[in-house]
Amino acid sequence: MEKNFDFTLVDEILDRYGCKESAMIAILQDIQEHYRYLPREIFPRLAKRIGVGEAQIYGVATFYENFSLEPEGKYVFKVCDGTACHVRKSIPILERLRSDLGLREGQTTTDDGNFTVATVSCLGACGLAPVLTVNNKVYPAMTPDKASELIESLKKELENAEK
Amino acid sequence: MLKNREELQQLRAACQKAFAAEEKKILVCTGTGCVSSGSLDVYAELVRLMKDAGIACSVELQKDPHGDEIRVTKGGCPGFCEIGPLVRIEPQGWLYTKVSVSDCEEIIAKTIKNGELIERLAYKLDGVVYAKKDEIPFYQKQKRLALEHCGEIDSDSIEEYLGVGGYVAFEKALFDMRADEVINEITESNLRGRGGGGFQTGRKWSQVARQTSLPKYVVCNGDEGDPGAFMDRSIMEDDPHRMLEGMMIAGLACGASEGYIYVRAEYPVAVKKLKNAIAQAEALGLLGDNILGTDFCFHMHINRGAGAFVCGEGSALTASIEGKRGMPRVKPPRTVEHGLFDQPTVLNNVETFANVAKIIENGAEWYKGIGPEKSPGTKAFAVTGNIKNTGLIEVPMGTTLREVIFDICGGMRDGGEFKAVQIGGPSGGCLTKDDLDLPLDFDSLSRVGAMIGSGGLVVMDSNTCMVEVARFFMNFTQNESCGKCVPCREGTKRMLEILERIVAGEGREGDIELLLELADTISHTALCGLGKSAANPVVSTIKNFRDEYEAHIKEKRCPAGACEKLKKIWIDPDLCKGCSKCARQCPVDAISGKVKEPFVIDSAKCIKCGACISACAFHAVKEG
Repeated sequence: MEKNFDFTLVDEILDRYGCKESAMIAILQDIQEHYRYLPREIFPRLAKRIGVGEAQIYGVATFYENFSLEPEGKYVFKVCDGTACHVRKSIPILERLRSDLGLREGQTTTDDGNFTVATVSCLGACGLAPVLTVNNKVYPAMTPDKASELIESLKKELENAEK
Repeated sequence: MLKNREELQQLRAACQKAFAAEEKKILVCTGTGCVSSGSLDVYAELVRLMKDAGIACSVELQKDPHGDEIRVTKGGCPGFCEIGPLVRIEPQGWLYTKVSVSDCEEIIAKTIKNGELIERLAYKLDGVVYAKKDEIPFYQKQKRLALEHCGEIDSDSIEEYLGVGGYVAFEKALFDMRADEVINEITESNLRGRGGGGFQTGRKWSQVARQTSLPKYVVCNGDEGDPGAFMDRSIMEDDPHRMLEGMMIAGLACGASEGYIYVRAEYPVAVKKLKNAIAQAEALGLLGDNILGTDFCFHMHINRGAGAFVCGEGSALTASIEGKRGMPRVKPPRTVEHGLFDQPTVLNNVETFANVAKIIENGAEWYKGIGPEKSPGTKAFAVTGNIKNTGLIEVPMGTTLREVIFDICGGMRDGGEFKAVQIGGPSGGCLTKDDLDLPLDFDSLSRVGAMIGSGGLVVMDSNTCMVEVARFFMNFTQNESCGKCVPCREGTKRMLEILERIVAGEGREGDIELLLELADTISHTALCGLGKSAANPVVSTIKNFRDEYEAHIKEKRCPAGACEKLKKIWIDPDLCKGCSKCARQCPVDAISGKVKEPFVIDSAKCIKCGACISACAFHAVKEG
């Protein structure tokens, strides 16, 4: 844990929601939007200001699929494995992404912190199955080969950004 | 800010006049489907080209319309996602399909300037060209009520909603009807919840109206979690005001002054559209305090879900709005008595609320005239899977499965053979060939052990393994089990383990019976709907496809040839010429034989890489 964590943003978000307990999920969502995960440092602060136990906040943060206690990659792949995508072969796409990015079993984010690969139950874009999203942009009618091409183009994008 | 009824009527009349005066119009679909295939670029290109060509065009509804101006608008999703991006040309009613940016120039030059149809962009089926949208078979048998504005109006504009008669029902309920009359109308119409249960909406409302404890809440369940269903998303994105209007009428009828919309996290566009719609309604004074000069106050809030399927369950959903873990609780007390913040709560789903305004406007008798007596009205279905025309449709209740799959959705994709359709998502069951003539309504489906659920229809062909489908759903439910009650938490895990070993070829004698016994126990003892219905897909696939389970267990064979671990690669001795090419390609030396005699594969060594299949020039290496 960082000792000198800057709480400015967290406090701003808390103020916006008036430190209400019922706004807990919205508060966590806004914090995660900024940091791309929930830093552990925030829990004591939230507990103190909202006036509930740290365990309760931790309980909420770990209950919902969308919250992450680990930093996510710059590019987050969400491969839809809803029924419609599943019957149109979404798993081979997931496997291709994982193997192209060299993710080991149980690992979701690449070692360099650039890519995260996760599945999602349904994106509601069943008409275009199988689909995946990268940072919420929808890519329709995917195939394993198209997924490989997508990774290549994102890697180039990263390289160019570094230059 | 509208101060009274007259001002609302004046504004609506002006919008309606403007809407009717728009003769020439280009509607570009901006549903998620078409956007991801580039419809926003098409929209921008059309606007740019028209400006360059000096054609008068407008992107917003004009207060003083003049006939020759052409309107280019983002029209939302007409549901035919398969052939997007879609562009519709009015007044001709032509529908252009799979439109790309490079087609725009031709559309402007031929269609807009000269009124010519571009045949290559029109929809074609079996050699027939269907220029007009309404003539396409996909639309002919549909009846769109809840989805009637999807693809017709710009959902970012409250003026357009007013232009098609928006908020007429709310106005009627507010000024011309008493609360009990509103509830009576809904009860009379026999509107049943579109989210899955099919509970009578009017009864729910009257139970809340009867409660004396204040405040009361109206909650809209937009946590459309069933994989394969997206009708609620379409309504929230393309006609948000229709849903708000339904919620406001519910508030009026039950004496509630706060409304909450719970939208799942995967629908960011819906959240954006709803926020915008709420802001517009507030600006006009249709939401807020003392609406239109009356003492009715109604405030609307949006809560974003955070990825938990169980939050579709009523008590879990209200817990989540309260900022807690979304876990269901024991009932009774029911949500109508102790719901959100422990207060009386009306909880309905998006499609249900979207039906309310129509019923209030046209009356219960009119509504009852559509569909069968016990399940009146229409139902939206999201049809997906191995089918030709995937998309969103709405048909009168009681339409048969055959009509939906073969007449509207064009039958199976790539010439596949129809095997089954999964209805009602992970809580539902499967229907087979024998059920094709079954009318789709609440009662007919529950008689065969299935349910309409939220209306997802996933069509499967003969290459789909039903045991694997059951495993897939059980895996989903198991992941989403909140862990509060033992039957669901432990039971689904055990069922998943059994299904996993069956598809891996390690099924044991007695597994089917064990699955059925677990299913029975879980459905009787689980705490909430998720657990109670978790075993439905398993029970229903065993009932209809028991032979497939037996083939997996006894013969270690997958009849559909889908289960990877049960796949066998073999050489057809009649076709094999004994050239030895496959043996040379095999990375694990699993193939042996004498040249010019049929070769054989040692299945113990084979890693199923498929190298031999692509190597063989005589198609002698088979899989399955």
